[in-house]
Amino acid sequence: MTVAILSGFVLALLAPTLQRVADRRAGWALALLPLILSLYFATFLKAIGSGEVFHARHEWVPSLGIHLSFTLDGLSLLFALLINGMGVLVLVYAGGYMAGHPELGRLYAFLLMFMASMLGLVLADSLLVLFVFWELTSFSSYLLIGFDHDRADARAAALRALLVTGGGGLALMAGLLLLGQAGGSLELSSLTTQADTLREHPLATPALLLILVGAFTKSAQFPFHFWLPSAMEAPTPISAYLHSATMVKAGVYLLSRLSPVFAGSDVWIGTLTVVGGLTMLMGGWLALLQSDLKRILAYSTVSALGTLTMFLGIGGPLAVQAAMAFLLGHALYKGALFLVAGAVDHETGTRDVDRLSGLRRAMPFTALAAGISALSMAGLPPLFGFIAKELSYEATLGAAWSTCVTTAAVVTNILLVAAAGVVGLRPFLGQTLPTPKPAHEAPLSLLLGPLTLSVVSIASGLIPAMGVNELLSAASTSVLGQPADIDLALWHGVTPALGLSAITLLGGVGVFASRGLVRKSASCCGRVSSWGPAGWYELALRRMNGLAVGQTQLLQSGYLRYYLMMTVAATVGLTGYALLGRGTPATAWNWFDVKFYEVGLVALMLLATLGALLLKSRLAAVASLGVVGYCVSLVFVLYGAPDLAMTQFLVETLTVILFVLVFYHLPESRIVSETSARWRDAVLALVTGVLMTALVLVGTPENYPPISEYFVEHSVTRGHGRNIVNVILVDFRGLDTLGEITVLSVAAVGVHALLKLRRRSDSGSETSVAGPAPVEAAGMLTQKTPMGELHQEDRDAGDDRRGSSPIREGDKP
Amino acid sequence: MSTLLAIVVGCLYAAGVYMMLRRSLFKLILGLVFLSHGANLLIFTVGGLTRGRPPVVPPGATGLAVPSADPLPQALILTAIVIGFAVLAFSLALFHRGYQTFGSDDPDDLKVSDQ
Repeated sequence: MTVAILSGFVLALLAPTLQRVADRRAGWALALLPLILSLYFATFLKAIGSGEVFHARHEWVPSLGIHLSFTLDGLSLLFALLINGMGVLVLVYAGGYMAGHPELGRLYAFLLMFMASMLGLVLADSLLVLFVFWELTSFSSYLLIGFDHDRADARAAALRALLVTGGGGLALMAGLLLLGQAGGSLELSSLTTQADTLREHPLATPALLLILVGAFTKSAQFPFHFWLPSAMEAPTPISAYLHSATMVKAGVYLLSRLSPVFAGSDVWIGTLTVVGGLTMLMGGWLALLQSDLKRILAYSTVSALGTLTMFLGIGGPLAVQAAMAFLLGHALYKGALFLVAGAVDHETGTRDVDRLSGLRRAMPFTALAAGISALSMAGLPPLFGFIAKELSYEATLGAAWSTCVTTAAVVTNILLVAAAGVVGLRPFLGQTLPTPKPAHEAPLSLLLGPLTLSVVSIASGLIPAMGVNELLSAASTSVLGQPADIDLALWHGVTPALGLSAITLLGGVGVFASRGLVRKSASCCGRVSSWGPAGWYELALRRMNGLAVGQTQLLQSGYLRYYLMMTVAATVGLTGYALLGRGTPATAWNWFDVKFYEVGLVALMLLATLGALLLKSRLAAVASLGVVGYCVSLVFVLYGAPDLAMTQFLVETLTVILFVLVFYHLPESRIVSETSARWRDAVLALVTGVLMTALVLVGTPENYPPISEYFVEHSVTRGHGRNIVNVILVDFRGLDTLGEITVLSVAAVGVHALLKLRRRSDSGSETSVAGPAPVEAAGMLTQKTPMGELHQEDRDAGDDRRGSSPIREGDKP
Repeated sequence: MSTLLAIVVGCLYAAGVYMMLRRSLFKLILGLVFLSHGANLLIFTVGGLTRGRPPVVPPGATGLAVPSADPLPQALILTAIVIGFAVLAFSLALFHRGYQTFGSDDPDDLKVSDQ
């Protein structure tokens, strides 16, 4: 089983190469994998139908109780067959639809990756494995929706899908972890067995709510539905795969999977029924208002997902059976209709239903598949859609608040019947209209999918005993957590459900006939849609970008002193926080301990520091710096550090000389900050100073004893030297000294390079390396414009030598 | 004395930070030197102050006389002084080069590559 899941990822890696080698036949060749997988999973049907469940488990992180575990039961089997079955058709279809596209290999790779992710998702038993595959589907669908990445709309749609489903994914992760916490296990199979105790756990409700957010975003439930229609930017094979059988049903799958645990709780029933019902109605209504084939299908998919969610919310054998039957029926007819829409678009050049008519003459087979699927969508016998709809009505009639729920279902189905007519019948009947491309029949690769799905729709409607009964019974068993036996049949006798079907059909035909009127009246109040969740999303995205820009401008202002300020403030804050409560100064204030010359020394240092701060003249400031440095070396002399004193003395002398050399001939700086800025800096500086003083007072040797015993003890015996400081530097920590020397050499090379660069640029040589890069680049830019010379005039001295460049001379009259 | 030096360390830090926040590269580099003085003195003071007894083992003995300065902070500071000087020399050279290119001592004028 694990091999079956991973094989898709492996093939995804090989797909681009295969595409290059096999070219036109690559789609057919790649479709072999899902075909083999479909057959492989089909072999399980008999055993699973009789109640068996298959497990596969590999150790992953055993110490954390995380395993790579998979389970195959009825529900997983239904989805696995859908995913692979649709996979076969979509891969073949993509080969024909995108023939000659330079990136076809990439498309195959993404599709296979997506297929494998979906398969892993529906087979996962560990919650974490499920989550990983869940995110992989989000990720691969991002790549798929944004396949035409050179179009801004496609990118925006892909981002929208990713942000919505990815945001939901975060909530899902939190929910799954809470669920694992509450149940004490991350394995779904063991969580479902302890459903009763789990439901009483205080973490159960938060976990459920978070998981619902994840499922609703993925399955495009209100108010997260808006990403799905915009995802129609993707090429049609992708839309067909993602939005008929797979990606969007992942949320429904998750709800079904957790149904044994949560079904029946008030939150579950309330949320799912209300959200599902709303989504169902809204999707149906919006579907009718569209004129683009794919958008009609997209909104009707939203509606179908709402229906599924609602049935799972209602719960109980009838509703779950209805949900499973509807899921299968929807996948069959919606997949076919998407593929038909693609074929029509491919052969006529438009997807606008108002411009399509009479295509049955040019595209008879496409019309046949479209008609059958549309009738299945409308719920006409003998197609499978009819059975699903009958079951739905039986379920709503048996639900709590059945009047309300049934009315909603009937209204939605009326709308969907009309939508089915618009998509599946309208373009093919009536007078032939001219199309952007002369219409002709689609090739075999584009026909295979719709025709196969139509045949399955008929077959499973006429003879449900041929596997479909078993499959749906097994799936319902998994969802209910108890054995369910479905016996599907076309004819149930004269029942209330049959009456409702008749009403639906009549109503649907009525709405279809008057759809022009409906659309016209709806366009008056069409402005409402701009205020919907899609608008909130745009607003949130803009605000987020604004926030990012704002905080970047704040933190990355481009002013050195603000960076410094931020760094210093952060250091002070963190150090101060760490220092709090770390003990008080250990030594008492003992003034008698201090010698008079030490007080003098300290006073001199403070004075010189003040001088460096306040003196206007640079020379005086440098002299003050020198005084401070010499005082520091005197401190070293007084307190037993002769080596330091010598080094400091030498370095200080060199420092002063360097400062004077560099600054002496430069003009004085005249920039004075505003008073408020100076006060602000002074406060920050003082706080830093106080903190450092506190640090010294707290960090006394009494509080923190020295750690140098080792060096003191072994300096003579092992280092063979009596000056311990020297022994530490050249012996114990010799490598550190090597590092220090390296730093010195790097600095020396740097200084040399900086000074050398100056000399060469001064000499006016032609070598372009001599110039500073930014100015160089700026100079080149100005030269390319006709006004280059004017700009060139007021360039500074460093740029003048560019005057001899050939471009410049060429520009001269 | 360590209390007095603690105050000196605080003042050196305060002066260093204040100077580094000025709109002058000269002040910035000056502040850098003050900061390194402050840091050196900080390490020196928290390591413990012992008057006039360098960490040198007398001839013939194998260990230090009992009240002696701690050698470890001194080794650290010795390294710090040298590295501080290297940094200073490099900053000064960089400043010099920058001044020749941009003709300015104001760090706000050096934002060209940011824009």
